Amino acid sequence: MSNFMLFIVVVLVVVAIAQLSRVYELGRTLKKHREEEISEANNKLNANLWIVFMFAFYGFFIYLTVAYWDKMLPESASLHGETIDSLMNLNLVLVTLVFFVVNTLMFWFCFKYYKKPGQKAVFFPHDNKLELFWTIVPTVVLAVVIITGLVAWNDITDEASPEAINIELYSKQFDWTARYGGEDNTLGSASFNFISGTNPLGLVTKESITLKLAEIDEQIAANADRLENEVMSDEVEKALEVSQRRLYAQRARINAYDVESANIISGYDDKLVKAEFHIPVGKEVKFVFRSQDVIHSAYMPHFRAQMNTVPGMVTTFKFVPTITTDSMRVITGNENFNYALLCNKICGSAHYNMKMDIIVESEEDYNAWLNGQKTFAEAYGIADKEEGIAENLNN
Amino acid sequence: MAGTVHTAGHAHHHEETFLTKWVFSQDHKMIGRQFLVTAVVMAVIAMMMSVFFRLQLGWPGENFGILNTFLGDKWAPDGILDRNMYLALVTMHGTIMVFFVLTGGLSGTFSNLLIPLQIGARDMASGFLNMLSYWFFFISSVIMVVSLFIESGPASAGWTIYPPLSALPQAMPGSGLGMTLWLVSMAIFIASSLLGSLNYIVTILNLRTKGMKMTRLPLTIWAFFITAVLGVLSFPVLFSAALLLIMDRSFGTAFYLSDIFIAGEALDATGGSPILFQHLFWFLGHPEVYIIMLPALGITSEIIATNSRKPIFGYRAMIGSILAIGFLSFIVWGHHMFVTGMNPFLGSVFVFTTLLIAIPSAVKAFNYITTLWKGNIVYTPAMLFSIGLVSSFITGGVTGIILADSTLDITVHDTYFVVAHFHIVMGLSAIFGMFAGVYHWFPKMFGRMLNTKLGYAHFWTTIVCAYGVFFPMHYLGLAGAPRRYYEYSEFPMFDAVVDLNVMISIFAIIGSAAQLIFLFNFFYSIFKGQKSVQNPWKSNTLEWTTPVEHIHGNWEGELPTVHRWPYDYSRYDEQDYMPQTVPLKEGEEDH
Repeated sequence: MSNFMLFIVVVLVVVAIAQLSRVYELGRTLKKHREEEISEANNKLNANLWIVFMFAFYGFFIYLTVAYWDKMLPESASLHGETIDSLMNLNLVLVTLVFFVVNTLMFWFCFKYYKKPGQKAVFFPHDNKLELFWTIVPTVVLAVVIITGLVAWNDITDEASPEAINIELYSKQFDWTARYGGEDNTLGSASFNFISGTNPLGLVTKESITLKLAEIDEQIAANADRLENEVMSDEVEKALEVSQRRLYAQRARINAYDVESANIISGYDDKLVKAEFHIPVGKEVKFVFRSQDVIHSAYMPHFRAQMNTVPGMVTTFKFVPTITTDSMRVITGNENFNYALLCNKICGSAHYNMKMDIIVESEEDYNAWLNGQKTFAEAYGIADKEEGIAENLNN
Repeated sequence: MAGTVHTAGHAHHHEETFLTKWVFSQDHKMIGRQFLVTAVVMAVIAMMMSVFFRLQLGWPGENFGILNTFLGDKWAPDGILDRNMYLALVTMHGTIMVFFVLTGGLSGTFSNLLIPLQIGARDMASGFLNMLSYWFFFISSVIMVVSLFIESGPASAGWTIYPPLSALPQAMPGSGLGMTLWLVSMAIFIASSLLGSLNYIVTILNLRTKGMKMTRLPLTIWAFFITAVLGVLSFPVLFSAALLLIMDRSFGTAFYLSDIFIAGEALDATGGSPILFQHLFWFLGHPEVYIIMLPALGITSEIIATNSRKPIFGYRAMIGSILAIGFLSFIVWGHHMFVTGMNPFLGSVFVFTTLLIAIPSAVKAFNYITTLWKGNIVYTPAMLFSIGLVSSFITGGVTGIILADSTLDITVHDTYFVVAHFHIVMGLSAIFGMFAGVYHWFPKMFGRMLNTKLGYAHFWTTIVCAYGVFFPMHYLGLAGAPRRYYEYSEFPMFDAVVDLNVMISIFAIIGSAAQLIFLFNFFYSIFKGQKSVQNPWKSNTLEWTTPVEHIHGNWEGELPTVHRWPYDYSRYDEQDYMPQTVPLKEGEEDH
């Protein structure tokens, strides 16, 4: 039915266009109007329309600015965020000023200098003083923009202090995991080679190496068995062969893994959390980012923080949170308010749902919360398995 | 007529068949028209895509029968846009608009049409390469459009196709066959662009008529010239980037891939870097912005001077700023990568070079405005679009200052603020430039005139809707709303601003519908428009000294000789223009 309706609409449009074109033709022959001759009335009309447009445009600007003034990001919740905000305000004022002055000049000229009978334009091909003027003024203004910007940039991207709390934010399609350094505030080594159902971030410990090798061997054997005994399509066979090749490569990489220099001890007390993570107010936090599959971006708008997470690379960002979640709920008048971590680099179908809540709280509350979280060893039962693993190794 | 052409010695007049005249033409005027019509078709496709995803953004989860009609049950079940298809539409909209409409369409149409006509040449240096350039463009367009219809959907990793997302079919459906077709199409497109650009450069350098010094070239030609140089230097880098990506996808290399665990297994790619792709991509990607912008600015320079009846202000400064922009555009690409983990010091260098580009850009804007000052402005539709371009160039340009500042970019990177910025400064400006060019040179292309009143209606609805669409996006972006989100319900923090999306979508729909005015005017006037006179806009440049009916070799008899620069408007009392072919009076100086 809807297709039929669509067809009718198309037919009607075609008929309408045909009719319109006949009207045009008739009208043109009657008036003997030439398209290239723009009448004075039309010049005046368009000149006036520029002024109307200017006021409408500025009105729109003012309406949006007034209506959405307090709906922009709430005040920044990090120390460097205040610097960014004051710079942002300075720059916004600057560009708004330029926007108004230059657009107004142009619209005004468009309004004023439309063609009138008997009038001649001024022959004014160049003026070096003017050119110099509007080369130098932007240069000076931009110098200020560049210098103030870079001073702040150096500060923001500077090394974190050694006392900073280390937190890893780990991204994958389509969620986040946060990892804390634990008692020693040191993140244990991790690698994609060791990722498994029980070890989602691929932490490297003595046990995860052994377990992973065992798992790989098991899988290789199972695949080999299927390849030998099962009747399968070429496609499945090819996929299995690729998978075998990958497993062999992975085993080789694990065997060549530099266990000596890796930090395989401090992984045990690391703490992994999902859905929300906590940070203490007033303390510097150093985030390190890793990604499992594709590029994501850790965007924490309230803290004016953003950094891509890149597979095969470790990236970092540091900041000092200044306002607790509770205070921010009071400030925003929204008792359900939560700081959010979101993904800001296109990463696949559920890109728009990659969320983690951030809770900023007092140091005591933070410590209490962190103490309540299980360590990697506890959560994944490695401590209990240790004997069994040792046995396996001996065999 | 054929005999007179022969007297010039250059152009050989062949008996033309339907095929050599209309399809495999080697005549630059025909090739220009072929580019234009192809680009119009591609633009309609890309615009419809934007309407489709605007429906989802404005009214998430609502049923729209029209989506189901166009996209089918797989991609729009019950008229609700599938989230993978949403990303695909965003990706293809960007790809088609940037490459096929504003690069191939804009340069292809106007460089082809105007270079020989404005420098006084019989045709391009190589008509055959020129023909190849169009047909490569055509084939790549067809492949890109075909990729819309395949089972797993077209490429969906964003028009910037960052790996690993674009490299791994496990990562999203669009990274399967769709991405392969995207890469093949782009490789062919790049070949087309290179063939075209080389031809433009050679033609401009070697085939200028007698008296046409470089300092007497219209600014259009200067713009096309630098554009072609930028294309020749930067597109091969994208070609390499695409080639390496093809290797990674199909032949097991690891240029861009390392340490990846996906779909339950660890891949064996190690040692590559996803960031390498971004460096290569943006090494093209940023000059690409100026490959799009410069021709539009060149067209505008010409139209504003003609219709203000005044010389373009600061001709040499304009050439200088084109050169400066061209040079600087090669050393700013890193400003797309401030938050990728690139070394912060490298970031500082890119802040510096990027903000430098604002200086020649400001010079251009001020020169346009001074050209209007005390002019005698004739409001042709082309003039309206040119002024629209200057306005959007200013409005979109100033927000570039914020994005170029790495410190501020941390907050607004990849938000709607960026979408607003580049759509206004590059999308709007370039499409306004393209419309301006079509309205202005339509008589030269088709020997007929576009309807002026329809042109007015088209312009005013377009500029109002365009600002209505893109201006509110600044506010979305300052509130932190990320781009390429299917919907925002997961994040209550955006509840206060997402209502802007409704307004934006309404403007987008009206603005798109308004383009029907143009399409009607365009196709109707090709066949039924009022016949044009030789020099309808009373312009100085050489293209208006050719006959209205196209002939092979452009001029009957000898090529014209040039005696002056193209901007002697209102210099003399007897008439307010003076074609370049008129000799200077005794003792008079050229400008």
